[in-house]
Amino acid sequence: MFEATERNRRNRKVEGLFRLLFLWMTCMLILPVALILGVLIVRGGPAISWEFLFTRPIDNMTAGGILPALVGTVWLVVVALIASVPVGVAAALYLSEYAPDNRLTRAINLAIINLAGVPSIVHALFGLGAFVIFFRFGTSILAASLTLAIMTLPVVIVATRESLQTVPLAFREACWNMGATRWQTIRKVVLPNSVSGILTGVILEVSRTAGETAPIMFTGAAVFMPFLPQGVLDQTMAMSLHLFVISTQVPDVPEHMPFGVALVLISLVLAMNGLSIAFRVYLRGRKKW
Amino acid sequence: MSTAAPPSADSDCAIDVVDLAIRYHGQLALSGVTLKVPAHDIFGVIGPANSGKTSFLRAVNRMDLMTAGMEVSGSVRVEGRDVRSWRNPYALRQRIGVVFPLPVGLPMTIYENVALSSRLRGTRNKADLDVIVERCLRRAALWDEVKDRLDSLGSLLSGGQQQRLTIARALSQDPSILLLDEFSIAVDPVTTMRIEEVLSELKSEMTIVLVTNLVQQARRLASQTAFFLTGELVEVTETEAMFEGAAQDPRTTAYVEGKFG
Repeated sequence: MFEATERNRRNRKVEGLFRLLFLWMTCMLILPVALILGVLIVRGGPAISWEFLFTRPIDNMTAGGILPALVGTVWLVVVALIASVPVGVAAALYLSEYAPDNRLTRAINLAIINLAGVPSIVHALFGLGAFVIFFRFGTSILAASLTLAIMTLPVVIVATRESLQTVPLAFREACWNMGATRWQTIRKVVLPNSVSGILTGVILEVSRTAGETAPIMFTGAAVFMPFLPQGVLDQTMAMSLHLFVISTQVPDVPEHMPFGVALVLISLVLAMNGLSIAFRVYLRGRKKW
Repeated sequence: MSTAAPPSADSDCAIDVVDLAIRYHGQLALSGVTLKVPAHDIFGVIGPANSGKTSFLRAVNRMDLMTAGMEVSGSVRVEGRDVRSWRNPYALRQRIGVVFPLPVGLPMTIYENVALSSRLRGTRNKADLDVIVERCLRRAALWDEVKDRLDSLGSLLSGGQQQRLTIARALSQDPSILLLDEFSIAVDPVTTMRIEEVLSELKSEMTIVLVTNLVQQARRLASQTAFFLTGELVEVTETEAMFEGAAQDPRTTAYVEGKFG
């Protein structure tokens, strides 16, 4: 017959306590997410209608819809993607497939990590100095998108490099041994098996770009535009800035409107993230080795 | 390609190695290797783990260019020409087929695995590719098992099948030299015997370097065998002599008799 000692009993009690503590902390973590979504749905839900999504703001932005902001955000994201994806993927390919392990490579890696750590307001000022003033793009979608592109470049590079690294070295060696160049190996073996992972990274970048406010404030986003942007040199409204403005700068905005804008914005981001998760699940489902 | 070099006095020597040394990040892995691999024959390389056998193969097809920190000194001549004088190492590697210890079926269809090398060289014609794929799969003794599912993934075949696929892929390069690195590690004995039969047939057309962890395999196939030990070449001897106690070095006799390794 085994008898639990005093020590055993105490250990068991402590074990239970810690389990509860960690569980509680985890719940605390979910709480804000649930609260944000809950509040937005309850208070912003009533604002959502076809009219809200597809008409222009009127009466000093206290009524009407958000169409110019919605369209503007799409412009900003698409142009930022066009700028950042080719550069980011190329850089990741170089770092992962070509770069020798030397001081220069390590310096580049360090630069990427640092770029990821730069506060967005600093990016905003850089974008203002570089794109708006120096390159004379003016405050425009182009300037704002390039600023966003630089800010999200590290995300694209890191995500791409990680998905390139999931392709085993043995596949590359087999190819090289057949006389394939590095580029042929990338095209035939590495990219076809990492492209879904790269897409996942790109989608995550999209969701991040859509929500940024600071980098576009000085570089291309306008507080109010009665028209939709016609090209990349136009200014534009954007969801994130619009939310900021009607929440803090405009008097007499009906209460449900900022919540409605926030709900649309977060839905966009969550939909993107959902897409990225779906991609990953799909990817896992058809693993080729 | 102007590889039709004038036949030298040594035209029956496929690989001529003089004073080869290999370092990884400055650390010596193999040194003092001088040997000649005769053409159209099977040349065995035996030795315990970490004796430098794989490094030797990597030096022959210039994989030092693709391996960080790998340095090669001394000379390796393939068909009379120093491998480092090839300005285009990819052309050199196309002439050398390699089979790895663990089978590497590339994550593409069986058909594409075998057609890849021809595609890399610019063959587009489907009919030509069909011929190459069937011929190589037949010669690797795999055709009958996969002919009805050439469109399934090569990387999902069984280990033994994948290894034959790897051999078919190497043959599709139409190589003049075939390097086999412990090909039977992940292969069942029956398949191993089948591959060994294939190799015996192939040697009339190409030079085969057979690195093996099974000394009996070297005995069955190789006419000459080199014994590597802790980064050194101990000796190169006629295989039968080596196994009948006539090795030049007592360590070789001890190894082939299974006293260590």
